[in-house]
Amino acid sequence: MLTPETRNAYHTLLDAAVLRPDQPDASAIIFVATDAQPITITRADFQARTLAYAAGLRKLGVQAGDLVIIAHLQNLESIDAFWGALRMGAIPSMFPTLTEKLDPDIYMRNMNALVRRSGVRLIFTSDEFAPVLARTAHCPVVGSSELAGLASAAEQASFQPHTPGEDDIAFLQHSSGTTGLQKGVALSHRAVLNQLASYARAIDLRPDDVIVSWLPLYHDMGLIAGFIQPLVQGIPLVLMSPFDWVRHPALLLRAIHEYRGTLTWLPNFAYNHLARRVRGHDLAGLRLGSMRMFINCSEPARHESHQLFLQRFGDAGVREEMLAVSYAMAENTFAVTQTPPGRPPRLDIVSRQALNENRLARPATPDEATTILVSCGPTIPNTQAKVVDEAGRDLPERRVGEIAIRSDCMLTGYYKRPDLQPFTEDGWYLTGDMGYIADGEVYVVGRKKDLIIHAGKNIYPQDIEAIVNDVPGVHPGRAVVFGVPDEREGTELIVVVAEVDTDDPQERKAIARAIRQAVARASDVTVGYVTLVGPKWLIKTSSGKIARGANREKWLRQQL
Amino acid sequence: MPNLDETVVREKLRTYITHELIRDPDYDLADDEGIITGGLMDSFALADFAVFVEREFGVYIPDPDLTVEKMDTLNQMVARVLKG
Repeated sequence: MLTPETRNAYHTLLDAAVLRPDQPDASAIIFVATDAQPITITRADFQARTLAYAAGLRKLGVQAGDLVIIAHLQNLESIDAFWGALRMGAIPSMFPTLTEKLDPDIYMRNMNALVRRSGVRLIFTSDEFAPVLARTAHCPVVGSSELAGLASAAEQASFQPHTPGEDDIAFLQHSSGTTGLQKGVALSHRAVLNQLASYARAIDLRPDDVIVSWLPLYHDMGLIAGFIQPLVQGIPLVLMSPFDWVRHPALLLRAIHEYRGTLTWLPNFAYNHLARRVRGHDLAGLRLGSMRMFINCSEPARHESHQLFLQRFGDAGVREEMLAVSYAMAENTFAVTQTPPGRPPRLDIVSRQALNENRLARPATPDEATTILVSCGPTIPNTQAKVVDEAGRDLPERRVGEIAIRSDCMLTGYYKRPDLQPFTEDGWYLTGDMGYIADGEVYVVGRKKDLIIHAGKNIYPQDIEAIVNDVPGVHPGRAVVFGVPDEREGTELIVVVAEVDTDDPQERKAIARAIRQAVARASDVTVGYVTLVGPKWLIKTSSGKIARGANREKWLRQQL
Repeated sequence: MPNLDETVVREKLRTYITHELIRDPDYDLADDEGIITGGLMDSFALADFAVFVEREFGVYIPDPDLTVEKMDTLNQMVARVLKG
């Protein structure tokens, strides 16, 4: 396995266990679904499937170093295309697919902005979407059946794999954002291998682990923890579609039971979703005691969500020490921190007033109002973290500031964006997350900017505001979007407040409906609340801009 | 199982959807309106709907029926609940 001790034996991702000739019959991926039999892909199958795609891409004229976008449904074909691209030296990047809710024209407009800026060589998608995307795409589009059948057996047999350098870009991870804010996080083979080696130590990864994942592959947690890691490490991956899982949450639990899963990564909302929406009938007979860690990652971990999960699944074998937390970001390939296996995450019960007013995480006295923070654990072995103030000066323990990180697994840069310099002069990356360090463990308390994290997805309010401002009846420029915490869902819900000129209740209802529809079509996020207001409701800054924070406070006060 | 009255089922589901899922009690939900395709709720609300229907009407809807295609409108949901 790839660990800090064996790190030197690995040069690139092509040294992955799944591509080695030994153990051809070992299970690499088991794909499970609600309405179909499981599909098991052995290492030999994986090698054959990815070779067909690698040779097919080369036949299409794709060269080493070309960017290939994979905008497929989450299934085995997108995995084959990703590794096929790696094997022939292209740079793959996973992308969300077109869904039934999204407007294809808006989807393609965003895609074409990326094609223009990043010089996309090819878009790979499903057979169904290929003709739709090809109509407007500014680069070639290929469907899965076509690509799989392109290279003949002889061409596959004579295929010469590309040999990348350790510092070559292996793949890109794209941050969320719908209006051309997309930045491709470029990761080298060296960085990814360093992350995997260090993370294996942090979670005490073992050859008999089994990873179970429902996560989308375009997200860092799904891509690294739930996809690249098991294939490189030679650990079976039990995978399902995120679309299938959200509708049928028991699928994850059935997979854990059936394949004796030991590790899974979940955004916080998933703990609530599982605890509240798995029916008793579906849980009957399932045992979850094989698990080592349920790792809470990619949105703030909430103590209440962990408690809810334990209460619901304790009888099925979930124990407190299985609950774990990781703080992660694409810019560090994946994990920055990890709580140690075998013990629950620490809780820090601090004074709410000191935290909010003095930016100090001081343990609460018995008579104070408190905030409970869940620790993200210490940094993984190859990563350092510190907390800095607005001038970039180091802050002491328990002082809240911006979290900065440094490691040997950070991004090379933002792809084809030399104007964006990710590092400070002494090599630190400023994360944009606000937090503090106590007793060597990292606690995250919020974001520096108005980013909303909804169900594990990063959403920029300005993207949604731009959509709402175009809805007829909304006073242009008078819409504000923010997130509010929701106890029931265990995540932030999205609130739209928009100024309208009409007082007519029917017209207002039509506008509210149009706002929900427009946001869903353009961004694939669902609005939690739409509040329409008349003139003078919205609070503006002295420079005339709409103040998100102040309007959020006002909206929350009115809900009480 | 007791016979379920269509009007009762429809109005209970309508109230549940507008209050719990859309979070807007004043929303005029049309019977044939696309609830998920229209952006009113995320597809994970389908799982919530399944829990509600089991608790409220004692009807267990199997997973293959919990899809956007089969459960996108109030009409579809009512028909599925009445099937038992």
